[in-house]
Amino acid sequence: MAYSTATRQAFADDIATIKEKGLFKEKRFICSPQAAEIEVEYPEGAACKKVLNFCANNYLGLSSHPEVAKAAHAGLDSRGFGMSSVRFICGTQDIHRELQDSVSTFLGMEDTLLFPSCMDANAGVFEAIMGKGDVIIADRLIHASLIDGIRLCSAEYDTFKHMDMKHLRKKLELHQDKRRRLIVTDGVFSMDGDLCPLDKMCDLADKFDTMVLVDDSHASGFIGKTGRGVHEHFGVMDRIDLITTTFGKALGGASGGCVSGRSELVELCRQKARPYLFSNSLSPVIVSATIKVIDFLSSTTELRDKLEANTKRFREGMTAAGLNIRPGVTPIVPVMLYNAKLANDMARDMYAEGIYVIGFFFPVVPEGQARIRVQLSAAHENEHIDKCVAAFKKVGEKYGILGLDKKGIIEKYGT
Amino acid sequence: MDDIREAVLEYVIDEYIDEDDDMEVDADTALISSGIVDSFSMVSLKAFLENRYDIRIPDEDATPEAFDTVNSIVRIVEKHSN
Ligand SMILES: Cc1ncc(COP(=O)(O)O)c(C=O)c1O
Repeated sequence: MAYSTATRQAFADDIATIKEKGLFKEKRFICSPQAAEIEVEYPEGAACKKVLNFCANNYLGLSSHPEVAKAAHAGLDSRGFGMSSVRFICGTQDIHRELQDSVSTFLGMEDTLLFPSCMDANAGVFEAIMGKGDVIIADRLIHASLIDGIRLCSAEYDTFKHMDMKHLRKKLELHQDKRRRLIVTDGVFSMDGDLCPLDKMCDLADKFDTMVLVDDSHASGFIGKTGRGVHEHFGVMDRIDLITTTFGKALGGASGGCVSGRSELVELCRQKARPYLFSNSLSPVIVSATIKVIDFLSSTTELRDKLEANTKRFREGMTAAGLNIRPGVTPIVPVMLYNAKLANDMARDMYAEGIYVIGFFFPVVPEGQARIRVQLSAAHENEHIDKCVAAFKKVGEKYGILGLDKKGIIEKYGT
Repeated sequence: MDDIREAVLEYVIDEYIDEDDDMEVDADTALISSGIVDSFSMVSLKAFLENRYDIRIPDEDATPEAFDTVNSIVRIVEKHSN
């Protein structure tokens, strides 16, 4: 028997170690569609409980939108369920081309290539365009999928301090001897909710003859006046060379991702990116629904405007209630607690109050930076937001942290 | 050896500590296991050592454990500068 008792025991020990370190991820089941109000089975086997969801990437509330579901049905009826092929053999329908074109127009890019997910886009893009003699210079807090993609590529890589343009400049000077340079950043950083200053970054890129890649997964559809992303927010839509993004968050929330940008770079991905060449094509159901989402967002800013108003209401409410949130403008709002146990305990109490939020701590965020991350959605109504703020106030009071700043919370609870 | 320690310490502070961070770092401070330097960012430290001391640190020696403190980094530099 290859899977001997000893082998089984060794793997069981690995799992026990994860539990001992407090890093074990519990199972949670949602017994309803994704929405502002959901039903959750937690812990496993418990009766389903109705809670307000403040931890989804459902920024625009489109995950269960009736019009999106209708477009998914239409795609199913007209083009079937699955492709049973990678893109370049017999997995590309006319609607795959249509979605690529509409994403290019929406993001203001020359061309777009669909991937099974943004994780796959990030895994494939670097190896396709960068190689020996080149250097990739990345922000230290970029998403794990970008890090994996960079490591799969034979180009050298270096990092700069999070959003520190002075440090980036030093690195660009250091790497002037390389054949080609590529800066890599997230548009919105998913743990902190902060916006990368793309205007300053593009100035440096121009000065040092360097390309720029932005992962806009937490921005596409709602950041910028018409929701095109962080490049719109900073007025640099024509100065970004590559964007990777996901359809699995604001843009309908099912799955799928893409690389969008300069036509030669996208073409090289079409020829060489391994997740594009070796993984199955996106389902027509998703393609059809995502076309509808992009059409809708191109015709009205109603949802991103509502999300912006919700974000403002929540941020103001939390600040007035005395909670220590990271300042910013995005719908990702970290409630800073610094101590991992405090973050976990408060998240559990919030759940008891009917608010579904999660505590994050090392290694997902840096040591001593534990927090509860709240994510707003256009699906939230004012009463949802007010209920969430009231629950934070109640739970914050219980733990005696209202009105305390970083120093005060750390004095009380440590890191 | 003291020269190396000083130069590495200066580089680590400059490269990994934010200016407005009041963190104290000395030659025994855990860098990687404490989360100050993650394994992704470690690459610039390795490149700095190789350029500055004109050495090659093979991947099997460039482990997070071996890079955990300035003192252990000094030992790697010495080992490879024969
Ligand atoms: C910044 C960023 N990039 C990429 C991804 C991966 O996206 P997908 O779910 O499409 O693989 C995520 C999702 O967690 C993300 O936050």
